[in-house]
Amino acid sequence: MIESLEILSPGPLTTVQDLGRYGFSRYGVPPSGAVDSFSLRVANLLVGNSETEAGLEITLMGLKVRVLTDLFVALCGGDLQPHLNEKPFDMWCSQIVRKGETLFLKAPRSGCRAYLAVWGGISLAPVLASKSTNLASRFGGYEGRALMKGDVLFSEAPDQHFQRAGKIFKPEWRPSYKGDWVLRVLPGPQDQDFPEESRRLFFDSPFTVSSQSDRTGIRLSGPAVHRKKDLGDSIISEGIVPGAIQVPGDAQPIILLVETVTGGYRKIATVISADLPLLGQVKPGERVVFQEVPMQEAMTALKVCENYINMLKKTSG
Amino acid sequence: MMGDRALLVELGDEISPSINEKVRELFLKLDRYPLDGLVELVPSYRSLMVVYDPLRIGLNRLREEILKLHQATDPSLVSEPKTLHVPVVYGGESGPDLEWVADFHKISSEEVIKLHSGTIYRVYMIGFTPGYPYLGELPQALATPRRATPRTAVPQGSVAIAQRQTGIYPVQSPGGWHILGWTPVKLFDANQWPPTPLEMGDLVKFFPIQKEEINRWT
Repeated sequence: MIESLEILSPGPLTTVQDLGRYGFSRYGVPPSGAVDSFSLRVANLLVGNSETEAGLEITLMGLKVRVLTDLFVALCGGDLQPHLNEKPFDMWCSQIVRKGETLFLKAPRSGCRAYLAVWGGISLAPVLASKSTNLASRFGGYEGRALMKGDVLFSEAPDQHFQRAGKIFKPEWRPSYKGDWVLRVLPGPQDQDFPEESRRLFFDSPFTVSSQSDRTGIRLSGPAVHRKKDLGDSIISEGIVPGAIQVPGDAQPIILLVETVTGGYRKIATVISADLPLLGQVKPGERVVFQEVPMQEAMTALKVCENYINMLKKTSG
Repeated sequence: MMGDRALLVELGDEISPSINEKVRELFLKLDRYPLDGLVELVPSYRSLMVVYDPLRIGLNRLREEILKLHQATDPSLVSEPKTLHVPVVYGGESGPDLEWVADFHKISSEEVIKLHSGTIYRVYMIGFTPGYPYLGELPQALATPRRATPRTAVPQGSVAIAQRQTGIYPVQSPGGWHILGWTPVKLFDANQWPPTPLEMGDLVKFFPIQKEEINRWT
């Protein structure tokens, strides 16, 4: 194990995340993990890690890290204008960075979160079977908290030869983060609790992403999506999955992300699995439109995503 | 269905111990049954959410397996719930809402304590935050609407009530319930196994202690 990265500036939020913590929701423990799991998986595979390895989830801008030893890395996800020693740094491919160099993410050009994977991973003890950071309950990841200036990360010592350098995740396989989002959803589980008029508004209207969005949920503002008049504002609490769109008393939808395990509000629809990673790239001020699709299309879309991952796995570096 | 990767198995439409016990039985059976593609089980008041990987198991097959298990009777799969006795320092700084709740119901603080600690509660589910037990049912005489304005930070260990429920805050978090007291019992520790002393279906009995006695319970 060797020192790999030193945080010079963390930006608004940089955390250690893997693909999440499963099997513990009976204890009220949410999955956590990378909001855009697709980008983290690709970054890991590009450097030869297992796709389940932990990496850094970098939010919006401002992360500056010093490279403490020669490393083999990949940066995927939102284009936060990455620079290595002031020179633009390519994304979606594996690259060698040298001891003493500085990686800096200036500001978002598209998307919201970038994922940095290091060959050899991030050496941290898993807590409840995952290296993901649970910020609210302060466990997992790096001491259960966001990374701060001065933190030093360790990785398993990479061997001397960086054979996989130059491996690329092809541009046509990459998702686009245009900022005018069409999110595909399946209705339910409580869509029947909303009158026809509300359902029409929900599917026909653009919603604006609120600045209060975080890893817990994407808060939206737009037309009021009222429930049926004779219903109370909450239901008996039940399990929820990331991508569930709940509508609380104020009739403004919230897309739940990875830090929630149960909830007591009605869910009008749920984002399909293929589009879940995109939720990690939605940022405040952008517009979201929901599009209802049949289950068949949801499955086909998921297979397309997985196919890109499988093609990457088959690429020799 | 919740999206393309979760099945919500509803076993009733109200809060009752018998419906919740059905959820627990199905949860325990599924938990012990090796089923490829099963990702997560989330038991709650009246439903069990089954999260699955749609690329590894089809919806129809999953439905069949769940139905088969639901109909199977094997008492050995369903373990006996345990009872946890929880000491509580009621009122004062530990329970800032005790007097308000007493006034609201036009009874004395002592009667609130007697009612709250005189009931055996069932853990209907664990959720909201890691280790947070939803306990019910609170005696009707203590049923209280949520605070109009939630607190931004409820201290760890706070014992609180809302409507017909009571709960314990395992970590400091925002909360809209009325705080009656505080317990030194630790409800969540990610570095311990299991991370919480309670499981769904367990029973909880509160008993009042004095502030000076805390050390005996920590």
